[in-house]
Amino acid sequence: MANTTAAAPAGAAPQEGTRRDFLFLATGAGLAVGAGAVAWPFVSSMAPDAATIAAGAPIEVDLSPISDGQIINVFWRGKLIFVRKLTGKEITDMKAVPLADLADKATFDSRVKSGHDQWLVVYGNCTHLGCVPIGHQGNYEGWACPCHGSQFDAVGRVRRGPAPINLPIPPYAFQSDTKLRIGEEGGKAAA
Amino acid sequence: MSAHGNTYVPKSGIAKWFESRLPLVGLVHSSFVAFPVPRNLNYFWTFGAILIAFLGIQIITGVWLAMHYQPSATEAFDSVEHIMRDVNYGWLLRYAHANGASMFFVAVYVHIFRNLYYGSYKAPREVLYILGVVIYLLMMATAFLGYTLPWGQMSFWGATVITNILAAIPVVGDTIQSLLWGGYSVGNPTVNRFFSLHFLLPWMIAGVVVLHVWALHVTGQNNPAGIPIKSSKDAVPFTPYATVKDVFATVVFMILFAWFIFYQPNYLGHADNYIPANPAVTPAHIVPEWYFLPFYAILRAVPSKLGGVILMFSAVIILALAPWLDTSRVRSSNYRPIYRQFFWVFVGVCFLLGWLGAKPPEGGYVIAAQICTAYYFAHFLIVMPLCGLFETPTKLPGSILESVTGPGKQVSGAGMPAGAAAAPTTKG
Repeated sequence: MANTTAAAPAGAAPQEGTRRDFLFLATGAGLAVGAGAVAWPFVSSMAPDAATIAAGAPIEVDLSPISDGQIINVFWRGKLIFVRKLTGKEITDMKAVPLADLADKATFDSRVKSGHDQWLVVYGNCTHLGCVPIGHQGNYEGWACPCHGSQFDAVGRVRRGPAPINLPIPPYAFQSDTKLRIGEEGGKAAA
Repeated sequence: MSAHGNTYVPKSGIAKWFESRLPLVGLVHSSFVAFPVPRNLNYFWTFGAILIAFLGIQIITGVWLAMHYQPSATEAFDSVEHIMRDVNYGWLLRYAHANGASMFFVAVYVHIFRNLYYGSYKAPREVLYILGVVIYLLMMATAFLGYTLPWGQMSFWGATVITNILAAIPVVGDTIQSLLWGGYSVGNPTVNRFFSLHFLLPWMIAGVVVLHVWALHVTGQNNPAGIPIKSSKDAVPFTPYATVKDVFATVVFMILFAWFIFYQPNYLGHADNYIPANPAVTPAHIVPEWYFLPFYAILRAVPSKLGGVILMFSAVIILALAPWLDTSRVRSSNYRPIYRQFFWVFVGVCFLLGWLGAKPPEGGYVIAAQICTAYYFAHFLIVMPLCGLFETPTKLPGSILESVTGPGKQVSGAGMPAGAAAAPTTKG
């Protein structure tokens, strides 16, 4: 090599910060940053794509054909959502459940929108491993999961394990008394 | 043990020219022809060859199926039926691939239990053994991904349940789940990427298999006596002895495989998977394929979601720790009177867990699964360390030869020939 300054002469006392040290560190740092920069697009490309996100726009549900006690299935973002019209008895029973009986404590009022006591909107996949609980089964006027035996009550609160939490509530708002918009709450789009 | 040098001597001019540039033939010769094999190996040692055969069968049938399969949520199910009805011999390719996966797991379980019985995991074969556990994990991932591809009810709900298991991982679980789904739920992007990954993983398995075989040829094979090769009389050359035995055993195993393909092609599957995926309805009785049942039983034995997930993964990971959990220096259970009995209890518990995994998770089944899960871990964490400390092994034979012929007898057989010239292959 014509450039001899890079190598310290043999036998010389160890010298701090040679050009070789600098090149070693700069190369290492460049490689680490480069590897991260290259890995990022590969990982990011696996995230939900623009078309999938666009297809996840809010949906509208017409409530007028649903009769008392009926549960209907709707899909938003590929996820199953139960819309249930509670009967008067179910509302009374659910309001009477003491919080101490619940694994994931939630009042009746926190499960519905105020002024719309009759309507329950919850995700339709069991919070254990995602199976679909069957409606009007189990001991709590709600749902029973066929996979691992979890039971939910009429407002989707877990009453028997192994499901750890209540059926989650998707973002939704009432457009009118008979029209529901799922995927948006108070004019704010869901993340 | 790794004393086998390269004894290959190229004869023709072309062979000499090639060997001096890339000693490939020499490598194959030293690994699969002249390689010394313990002379006391039984048929349990043929399952490595059977497994390689099945890796090949799965890759070939899989590549052919991929020529006709459509990895999309709307077309996947129909394309599988198209393979079954319209493609020439499509039914054969698909049944061979589906049952091939089951046979692959039959063989790997025999291989693993053989390893555990004869103590093959002990020094100096720890790396060889851990590579085997890695292959097993990759096989499980590949089998799961493949089972989702027909996009029937079991495919869809299997994918849903397993990806929900991953979501139980603290902090990063939701991100991992979202990256696997490619959406907000199991759907079209999911089946598309699962197909891609299902195509990728077998090649990773093939790569680790190369390392596994390499490590095997560094340490040499264990054997039913569990003692190392001490002289050339303890060994025979790989070809023809092990080669012919391996091929023979593989052919016999293929009879079982063929019986499933031609007589019981759907016996190991689930009827529900002939119903197209429906995200609004879960099958009444959802169970994984038979080879995952013991782990499924462990998952459900714990009433907590995260706890069940941790135990299930631990049940596989703990296998990799066996070399350090087992304190006995005697490898073969043939010479371990106490441990041998625990070993068979462990085998029984594994089968029992498999049976419980197929039962509904209620009442006595859950309690039995909890007891079996506790015993499964106790075998590794209590039996393995303590047995080695308190057990008195019976007397080991002086050599592999002595274990075959009895003590003090001389043998007239050739054993391991001194050089390549003595290799029986050259005599046809």
